[in-house]
Amino acid sequence: MAPALIVARRELAAYFATPVAYVFIVIFLVLSGALTFTLGNFFARGQADLIPFFSFVPWLFLFLVPALTMRLWAEERRLGTIELLLTLPLPQWQAVLGKFLAAWAFCGIALALTFPLWITVNVLGEPDNGVILSGYIGCLLVAGAYLAVGAAVSALTRNQVVAFVLAVAICFVFTAAGSPVVGEFLDARIPGIGGGRPRHLGGRPLWGLHPRRRLGPRYHLLRQLHGLLPLRECRHPRPPQGGLGA
Amino acid sequence: MAALIEIERLTKRFGGFTAVDDVSFTVDRGEVLGFLGPNGAGKSTTMRMLAGFMPPTSGTARICGADVVDQPVAAKRSLGFLPEGAPTYPEMTVTGFLGFTARIRGFRSSEADDRVARAMRMTQLEGVRLQSIETLSKGFKRRVGLAQALLHDPPVLVLDEPTDGLDPNQKHEVRELIRRMAPEKAIVISTHILEEVDAVCTRAIIIARGRVIVDAAPSVLEREGRSLEEVFRELTLGAPKQEAA
Repeated sequence: MAPALIVARRELAAYFATPVAYVFIVIFLVLSGALTFTLGNFFARGQADLIPFFSFVPWLFLFLVPALTMRLWAEERRLGTIELLLTLPLPQWQAVLGKFLAAWAFCGIALALTFPLWITVNVLGEPDNGVILSGYIGCLLVAGAYLAVGAAVSALTRNQVVAFVLAVAICFVFTAAGSPVVGEFLDARIPGIGGGRPRHLGGRPLWGLHPRRRLGPRYHLLRQLHGLLPLRECRHPRPPQGGLGA
Repeated sequence: MAALIEIERLTKRFGGFTAVDDVSFTVDRGEVLGFLGPNGAGKSTTMRMLAGFMPPTSGTARICGADVVDQPVAAKRSLGFLPEGAPTYPEMTVTGFLGFTARIRGFRSSEADDRVARAMRMTQLEGVRLQSIETLSKGFKRRVGLAQALLHDPPVLVLDEPTDGLDPNQKHEVRELIRRMAPEKAIVISTHILEEVDAVCTRAIIIARGRVIVDAAPSVLEREGRSLEEVFRELTLGAPKQEAA
């Protein structure tokens, strides 16, 4: 077994040896379910898809993923075990990769445990399960992006609180960059960064996309859930079943 | 054959502070080197550089001929290292922790189990094998760290204060263990306890303010009827000669 996988296995076991894992999973499941059914109007929308759920996941991950990553390296420094880990005969990148994979697998487990939502939507209607799968993959990629930020910040400090707050702040900048409010602010004030005027006002996209949107993981996730995006943004030839928001 | 540990002009600076200043020495198979010095003298920093945890500002360190900066994995394979304070993962059990280091070191399942069992036997850990490390006393924790360093039977051992926190019986056992292993290995131990140098070391280096002050056999240091403690105080405090005499 590659050293990275051995490190990942140990890390994953460490999550479940402390209350962190259970608190994380329970809070994530409660909040994602509650938000989907209340703010997301899961029933009232009358559409057989999981888009309300998927659109809340990045905001939940924004706070929960840094809670996972804050201990990754900060804790090793505080305990001194970093000295042990990095003097074992494994290349440094394998240790870094192992820790990342453990946290990523953990996010995968949390996401997989939302399967009752998927069952619900399949009982109530006929959703396009391909789109749902694509949404789950998108959520996993969003988690991976936040994890990378969080792990890097955790390596900079031995204080877990500092690691958490910094990671949330940095991830927030990226998440907010994809939201309309921040995007239009950027477009209006900094045309270079904002990519000119919004496309519907005649602005020309740079490299085929507005750069400020490319910054935000949420934008990429929404592209994968193209069911509710306006048709002109939809590059996919086949419109998903179960309702189209345009 | 070249010495198992070769350190050449090793220097470490933190900003304007020089923690280790131009330190050179070699350790051959069969030698037990006692690394002495007051707190903050640069003992742990030297050991961290030798273990490949901290890159030196200048100079080189080689373990069994492998440079710790250029061939870190090869160097670390031949090394058993007990870091300062014997850090371990508190939530793991003793066998879980030792099994983890065994697998990282490339031992497959049954051999890993044998290695773990052997290391626990050598350090008398069998009684607590399924306890989580955070519930153990300080002496047991130190021995878990030691077991981890001995697990793969490395030719080079670097132990930072291996007997700190142990009771007199446990100290005696660890010294016996070091003495037993000494003929086939090159061992460096750092310590504040001077009688330990008499008990196990074939050679002593005294380091102060990052520099090597003395490199000699303990018996040489103690000649003229002076105790090692007097010599240590005189050298590291820089006490005037006429007062000591």
